Amino acid sequence: MHMADALLSPAVGGTMWAGSLGVIVYCAKKLSGKMDEKMIPLMGVLGAFIFAGQMINFTIPGTGSSGHIGGGMLLAILLGPYAAFLVIASVLVVQALFFADGGLLALGANIWNLGIYPAFIGYPLIYRALVKKSSNTKAITIASIISVIISLQLGAFSVVLETKLSGITELPFSTFLIMMQPIHLAIGLIEGIVTAGIILYVRSLRPDIVDNLEVVKNTYSAGSLKKVLIIMSLLAIITGGAFSWFASTNPDGLEWSIEKIYGKPEVPERGNPVTENLSKIQEKTAILPDYTFPSKGEEQEKSPSWPAVDTGTTVSGIIGGIMVLALVIVFGMGIRIMNRNRAKT
Amino acid sequence: MRFDEEFFNLGYLDTLSYKDTFVHRLDPRIKIIVTLIFILFVISFNKYEISGLLPFLLFPVFLLTAGNIPLKAIFKKVLFISPFAIFIGIFNPIIDRQVLIAPFGIPVSGGWLSFFSIIIKFILTVSTALLLIAVTSFPGICEALSRMKMPKLFVIQLLFLYRYIFVLLDVALRMVRARDARAFGNKGKDIKTFIRLISVLLIKSIDRAERVYQAMLARGFNGEIKVLKKYKLGFTDLIFGISSVLLFYIFRNYNISNYFGEIIKR
Amino acid sequence: MSHHIVELKDAYFTYPDGTEGMRGISFKIFHGESVGIAGANGAGKTTLLMNLSGHLIPTKGEVSIGEITLCHKTRQEIRRKVGFVFQRTDDQLFMPTVYEDVAFGPVNLGLPENKVNERVKNALEMVGCYNLKDRPPHRLSEGQKRSVAIATVMAMKPDILIMDEPASNLDPRSRRQLINLLNTFEHTKIIASHDLDLILDVCERCIIIRDGKVFADGPSEKILLDESLLEENGLELPLTRQFYHLKRSS
Ligand SMILES: Nc1ncnc2c1ncn2[C@@H]1O[C@H](COP(=O)(O)OP(=O)(O)O)[C@@H](O)[C@H]1O
Ligand SMILES: [Mg+2]
Repeated sequence: MHMADALLSPAVGGTMWAGSLGVIVYCAKKLSGKMDEKMIPLMGVLGAFIFAGQMINFTIPGTGSSGHIGGGMLLAILLGPYAAFLVIASVLVVQALFFADGGLLALGANIWNLGIYPAFIGYPLIYRALVKKSSNTKAITIASIISVIISLQLGAFSVVLETKLSGITELPFSTFLIMMQPIHLAIGLIEGIVTAGIILYVRSLRPDIVDNLEVVKNTYSAGSLKKVLIIMSLLAIITGGAFSWFASTNPDGLEWSIEKIYGKPEVPERGNPVTENLSKIQEKTAILPDYTFPSKGEEQEKSPSWPAVDTGTTVSGIIGGIMVLALVIVFGMGIRIMNRNRAKT
Repeated sequence: MRFDEEFFNLGYLDTLSYKDTFVHRLDPRIKIIVTLIFILFVISFNKYEISGLLPFLLFPVFLLTAGNIPLKAIFKKVLFISPFAIFIGIFNPIIDRQVLIAPFGIPVSGGWLSFFSIIIKFILTVSTALLLIAVTSFPGICEALSRMKMPKLFVIQLLFLYRYIFVLLDVALRMVRARDARAFGNKGKDIKTFIRLISVLLIKSIDRAERVYQAMLARGFNGEIKVLKKYKLGFTDLIFGISSVLLFYIFRNYNISNYFGEIIKR
Repeated sequence: MSHHIVELKDAYFTYPDGTEGMRGISFKIFHGESVGIAGANGAGKTTLLMNLSGHLIPTKGEVSIGEITLCHKTRQEIRRKVGFVFQRTDDQLFMPTVYEDVAFGPVNLGLPENKVNERVKNALEMVGCYNLKDRPPHRLSEGQKRSVAIATVMAMKPDILIMDEPASNLDPRSRRQLINLLNTFEHTKIIASHDLDLILDVCERCIIIRDGKVFADGPSEKILLDESLLEENGLELPLTRQFYHLKRSS
């Protein structure tokens, strides 16, 4: 369920990056100075463990296809929310770099989708509420399954929102949702069973490990700020939902929802120096050209926001494109040959 | 088997990242920033854009060749990973059937245009991300992150993760080989065996973390770890950064492909 | 100087799960001595070394290093005096590059940067690995890892060098190089190993541990040639001596 760069718009990708970065900084602040020093190597090694563990596959019952562990909730249970979030984020960083899973811009979205929900919702709000110190096998199993399913559903929902808001896919919002959510229900069920299985098996083999982790974890758990963060995440989900509802009424995404939310009469384009300057800057830099606020001409409902292409430029585009490709290849080969000659001398 | 392959690929990319070429020597900060800017420029194109994207290939090709990276190290991965983008993209031709262009009289729908646009963006962004790590050692990237004010705890975490990936992958690989040697077909790969396998791996990992902690204490660890500063931002780095971004800007604002096409047609 | 540097007085150690790792061990080690600790698997060698270096603290009895008696308060100080090379090099080398790993200790000692550089350089040159300084540990051979692990400890300038199974996982050539290297150090050395040849080559004295107790203690030449004593401890005559025997009996 990794988000990909190619499906994101700069605005959505950038927003998700900002959000994830904020939470990373927050978690690091929360931990530094307060946590047991043991956590430093432990977090790193557990990150490597998740990474290695994800390469071990198993057969999903009844399907014959193979799956692997996600590990977000397992980390949250072992390490607590803040440390788990940092570990999940770092695993995703390494995956984005070495496996290009998703890509570098999508990394922000992936950290959010796969990290926030298990660490700050699934674990503290659900797992912790259901599992007490003396809990039996059944309680732990049920708690794992429910918390994993909810985290994954939220994650999948976020993927749908982010893709939709980016306006790259033509899939209608509802179809997209129907495609994503049930699959993640099944995935969540299996991940939940596996998570519970691991916790229980480790507890039976080495109760000291589980007890130790409980002690280490408790050195820094604090209440009030956690609540703030949870409220923040909930707010994010709700606003996200609202945005998506607006976005779903029009496939072109973000600019439309903004327009709908602010409404034209209240925020007249011309009268607002901020938007005007923003548009000017954007036109100049052209990094975000598709996200300028709609100008007068585009306001008519029937005209698409994309310029109609005339055949003349299209043909030049094709011929020129082939030429550009050829030139790039020649350029690359040139450098290769240069390198080889230099190596020889 | 997937495991071996991923493992060797990881090791391969990692080995490449310790080469010594012009791009390997550049300050990792510059490489990260330029790469991110590159990605932003690429995905800022509208969803039907194709020809305007092509000149951007110059950047990954430059990293590939100047960094002396074998094409196959990158090519295979780009071909096989992230089915998600393709899976989502393939719906576009089905849903968006409005004909937008008709070059040489062949009608092409908006859906196909946007599908190919996704694929090209995908190739550009993924290959560049892989090339970034192929021409920058991971500790180099961590140094850059630390100097770009990422929280130290997070950076240290990444360094430990990197250090023990290879160790634990090795342990996991041996465990999987032992399992598969005794698993016939899918028997032995069931969830129950899997849970046991991964639990043992987890226990080994936690015990290892404890031993590492002991080793750290043995050398006076007091909660502080210094991240080494090796790179210095030099003239070459700035030239590389400025010229790359300038080039991206030109490619973004002037459709080079179209210009070439016009010249040829005339 | 014949003053002792390490002393154990009837030291016991019990693990939290009740396993008794040490059951009343007493001995003294003197300045500049090199002592081999031999014994079967599970005899308690590692437990003993951890109790000598402040990683574990005896549950009963006393361990002292120089003038200092080991307890919770003094363990930091003792760790500084005792350089511990762990059995598994992957646990010992935890930093991303060889240089940073060797620098880790000196940095923690609070040394200024130029001193740190000097220490790193000297330590790596001592073990012949300065050329590896920019490599990540996972790109080293087992023998190189072992040498670097020793360098990380030497950079701390310890009074005593303690090594747990230094020859495990080494091929014969790396093992020989290690032995030569160890013989160049003039430190007090305590080496646990079931590689008796290594002990014979490096240590003049050998202590045999069995079930958490000292079973024998004396000159290596004497102890390691006592076939029946070794056999009782699940050990075999050093290979070099086996040849010797063969020759004599034929
Ligand atoms: N962490 C531990 N917890 C409980 N028992 C342990 C632990 N480590 C070692 N032991 C036990 O202590 C005894 C001595 O082990 P050890 O010192 O590792 O022996 P050696 O190094 O000679 O092989 C063994 O019986 C072993 O099982
Ligand atoms: Mg041992």
